[in-house]
Amino acid sequence: MAFVAKEFRHILRDRRTLLILFGMPVMQVLLFGFVLTNEIKNAAIAVLDPSKDTESIALTNKLISSGYFHLEQYLVSAEELEPAFRKGKIKMAIIFPDNFAVSLNEPSSLSRPAATIQLLGDASDPNTATTLINYSNAIIADYQREKFPILYPQSPQIKTETRMRYNPEQKSVFNFVPGVMTMILMLVSAMMTSVTIAKEKELGTMEVLLVSPLKPIQIILGKTAPYLALSFLNAAVVVVLGIFVFGMPMHGSLLFLAAECVLYMFVALSLGIFISTRAKDQMTAMFMSALGLLMPTMLLSGFLFPRESMPWLLQMIGTVIPATWFNTIIKGVMIKGVGPDVLWQQTLALGGMALFFLTLSMKNFKDRLE
Amino acid sequence: MSNKIEAKILSKSYGKVQAIKNINLSVNEGEIFGLIGPDGAGKTTLFRILTSLLLPDSGSATVAGLDVVKDYKQLRTAIGYMPGRFSLYQDLTVEENLEFFASVFGTSIRENYDLIAPIYAQIEPFKDRRAGALSGGMKQKLALSCALIHKPKVLFLDEPGTGVDPVSRKEFWDMLRNLRDQGLTILVSTPYMDEAELCDRVALMQNGEIMAVDTPQGITAGFQQPLFAARSDNMYQLIKDLRAFEGAADCYAFGEYAHLKLNTGVGAGQTVADIRKFLDSRNHRNVEVKSAKPTVEDCFIELMKN
Repeated sequence: MAFVAKEFRHILRDRRTLLILFGMPVMQVLLFGFVLTNEIKNAAIAVLDPSKDTESIALTNKLISSGYFHLEQYLVSAEELEPAFRKGKIKMAIIFPDNFAVSLNEPSSLSRPAATIQLLGDASDPNTATTLINYSNAIIADYQREKFPILYPQSPQIKTETRMRYNPEQKSVFNFVPGVMTMILMLVSAMMTSVTIAKEKELGTMEVLLVSPLKPIQIILGKTAPYLALSFLNAAVVVVLGIFVFGMPMHGSLLFLAAECVLYMFVALSLGIFISTRAKDQMTAMFMSALGLLMPTMLLSGFLFPRESMPWLLQMIGTVIPATWFNTIIKGVMIKGVGPDVLWQQTLALGGMALFFLTLSMKNFKDRLE
Repeated sequence: MSNKIEAKILSKSYGKVQAIKNINLSVNEGEIFGLIGPDGAGKTTLFRILTSLLLPDSGSATVAGLDVVKDYKQLRTAIGYMPGRFSLYQDLTVEENLEFFASVFGTSIRENYDLIAPIYAQIEPFKDRRAGALSGGMKQKLALSCALIHKPKVLFLDEPGTGVDPVSRKEFWDMLRNLRDQGLTILVSTPYMDEAELCDRVALMQNGEIMAVDTPQGITAGFQQPLFAARSDNMYQLIKDLRAFEGAADCYAFGEYAHLKLNTGVGAGQTVADIRKFLDSRNHRNVEVKSAKPTVEDCFIELMKN
């Protein structure tokens, strides 16, 4: 009995264990519970409707009012499709044929084919694209049922044609190579850095380094430079494996991708340094990086679960996670082949984060003990 | 610039706990000065303030003429610091450790080899061994070599004797005296009272305050009361009995003996024979009683009581 009491004291007095015991499950249940729904709401779509008749407008309204879609833009011509997808503004496009109402209200025959609607999905994110296409098909089928409750062989039909852009075979590799890259770089750059600096503190060697004439910046540089190099090597390995083993395309500039990797690594490194200024020992540093960096990177960045289906709050958290931006960048460069002209926003976001966390961690890195 | 250490009314608290209170300290150039006190006396806090690792809440201090707060950058090049736990990289070899610390201070092993030679020569045969695989005594020598590699003027050694065997400790103190003779000022802290006798001067610390500063001889000379050492087969009963002895001021365990301190007034006339007779009357066996010379530890216990 006394032993049980003693053990409870150990646990209750160790905040870290407490956090693992209670914080971890609560956080996981919450995150998985919210995130694991594959239901997508308010996905941005575009509509190309040359008919603009009562039927096409009614069907468009039905799609929009389902709550699953949000009409981002009405396209005027098919030429506008490509740029909209490349910029990542839309996840799906719906294309009506000419004279939709006419073809719908006349019985189909060999001479007059069924009214055909094209659905184009952005399959660089295959999970989201598939879900969106399935929604659309269901809603369109529903529309047809309402209109023609009884189906005769000769009654008009709406046919849908599906195209998956960028990733016609919907290979998951398109999703997991960028995802793994965000993870690995975060792991090596942030976690290893924070742990290695915390180790110096734990073993007391930091005291000697501080008493030396070394400037804090020299200590930090000396500690992080090897990890920067290692991370870069890691990123290269993942990209090479992705391309040559898993058939990941590389449509964009390799140099641009490398530059973006370095930028992301700087964000991760500065996060690692920041954590190490807070953590007293290796365990704490490890725990803080795992919970504060790796879990969000995995769950909230859109790697495992589509961000569109997350509740508003988690989406907001997702926007401040560097991996979210980096994920878009990798997919953009490798799959869509876009460059800085399209990805400047994401690049700017990463750059801002790097600057912010670097300043923060430098300020927090004391050249004295606390 | 002299290599003195001067501290004036230094205080430092951690939250509600006051680690050191109004410490005044003056260490002369070229002396081994010992901070003696039990764990928690505030020795490490004082060390960290003097090495510029901690900011004092109030008071001021200079080391080698440099203010520990304002001139901390210059100060850090002028001092050598060996923290309580030997701060070595366990996964680096002996030589790699020394090379690293030399480069951190912008120097090389060769440049200052003469200074560390007497110490480093003893561990040089093991220079390819990982520091983690060294014995306590060898770790201590390596840590000292690392702290000396940049020719500091003042050396801070925080509990260097912890975890080191007696023979290595003795060798270590021989090295310290050698360094002092070369003009280095050495501030050393220790919880071991026997090491106190090896210092030129000592400060006795307790609960964040300095209770006395003097040479070890001066400290023990202040001990006026008659002191005896006694032992028997039943030490626990012996101490209990002796506390009831006429004129006893205090009795406490001291190594394998018990030290009996008598009051100067009532106890002045008591002799070894009197004590032996008293112990025989209480049925103690194998009794040994002798007159004892006061040590720093006896003085410390005396001071702690007040």
